[in-house]
Amino acid sequence: MRFAAIGSALVAVALCAMPLKSQAQDASEKEIERYRAMISDPMSNPGFLAVDRGEILWSEKRGTKNVSLEGCDLGLGAGKLEGAFAKLPRYFKDADKVMDLEQRLLWCMQTVQGLDTKDVVARRFSGPGKASDMEDLVAYIANKSSGMKIDVQLSHPKELEMAAVGEELFHRRGGVMDFACSTCHGSEGKRIRLQALPDLSKPGKEPQDTMASWPTYRVSQGALRTMQHRLWDCYRQQRWPVPDYGSDGITALTVYLNKMAQGGEIAVPSIKR
Amino acid sequence: MTMTSKFSVLVLGGALLCGSLVATLAADKAVEPKKAAETKPTVETKKAETPPPQKVATAVVDAYLKSTFGRAPPEWQARIEPDESMKVCNATRNQPSHAEADKIMASELKRVEFPADGKFLGDWKEGAKIANNGRGGQFSDDDKTVNGGNCYACHQMEKAEVSFGTLGPSLTNYGRDRKYDAAEIKQAYTKIYNSQAVIACSNMPRFGTNKFLSEQQIKDVMAFLFDPESPVNK
Repeated sequence: MRFAAIGSALVAVALCAMPLKSQAQDASEKEIERYRAMISDPMSNPGFLAVDRGEILWSEKRGTKNVSLEGCDLGLGAGKLEGAFAKLPRYFKDADKVMDLEQRLLWCMQTVQGLDTKDVVARRFSGPGKASDMEDLVAYIANKSSGMKIDVQLSHPKELEMAAVGEELFHRRGGVMDFACSTCHGSEGKRIRLQALPDLSKPGKEPQDTMASWPTYRVSQGALRTMQHRLWDCYRQQRWPVPDYGSDGITALTVYLNKMAQGGEIAVPSIKR
Repeated sequence: MTMTSKFSVLVLGGALLCGSLVATLAADKAVEPKKAAETKPTVETKKAETPPPQKVATAVVDAYLKSTFGRAPPEWQARIEPDESMKVCNATRNQPSHAEADKIMASELKRVEFPADGKFLGDWKEGAKIANNGRGGQFSDDDKTVNGGNCYACHQMEKAEVSFGTLGPSLTNYGRDRKYDAAEIKQAYTKIYNSQAVIACSNMPRFGTNKFLSEQQIKDVMAFLFDPESPVNK
């Protein structure tokens, strides 16, 4: 009784101390912060299991040519992985195309390994009892750029086109709710429900922190997820049609977002809600 | 009377005073500039600088859209074909000129269907559910999904609900602050039915015009905002 009275007195005093901000809301934000800190411990991040699986897949001989992916050039030369992810997406002369990591891996599977990627694409996003080669490979390869900085490639005209198109797509409204990416990510300090929204419309720390933390292990989904999945899920919530996996629009957005995130220090796989 | 209870009575009094102060401040904040009939074209001008010129041809952007969404069902692809208003909002990054804004508001106002029975307010309890429901319209939904207004994603509404977004203004005490005025009620119905009829290139969906919510659902959300018994006004 006495404790309860003192407790309510303390709550009342706290209410007075910050009259402009809902006290309950503050408490929820603190609780979310605590949860984030708790799940950020890398020793308990299941995303590293995907890294290990990806390492095995990278050197596994597959396809009609029965070779591994070690002959795949991710931009720094065949089989060179250190720092390759930090400079992706980029223009590849052999394909005459700007590709993100996932597009490039599919290209290498088809071209280097002679692998029919139909099954790999069908398993692009893992689910219960369904492993994803792409998620595992991306975790492994991206991890080889951890500690390095996002270094967006904008020297080739096609890379510049990607960045410009990505910016347009970011602001393009549509769907039954008239939403664009920028509806939620176009100004500072906004929240959707209790979820803080990074402002991705201008260069800075928010896009850096965002882009440098993908791929990530999503606790709520029990899976490692890539940027392709993140943007697919954004378009779902935006009430847009389903985007094709490994399509150029997704890569264009990634180039634009990396341009905003230039210099962000990569730490992946991260772990998120 | 023990010392503890004396103390808590004192603090309770203090808290009540504080509480009313909070409510007053929140109410001041929540009231928007009044009646559309009196106001000039309202444009959301958060950023003063003009949008950067488009660096890439629209045809190129459209080609990317086609290669990205071109395998989705045709009715889904039709949803991202911008109408005349959205074309202007896209081209100006939601900063239309006054002339463009006038044109958008006039044409979108024509797309508002007011209730035939003249009644704007439904059942606030149903409205509370619709405001809380964020489902519908996603490619992962099935055809049995009931669309929700998802108001709390962006707006504060009843004070007891702490999980609210801040993309839109707080709507706490919405009806009470507007003295349940008939013109305000019509204006709010218009805004929910077609936000572009009130603020050109508003970020808010056009719930009625885009056929996302039914007339009855909009009436119920309206009651959640304007019924004196609704927790929004308590």
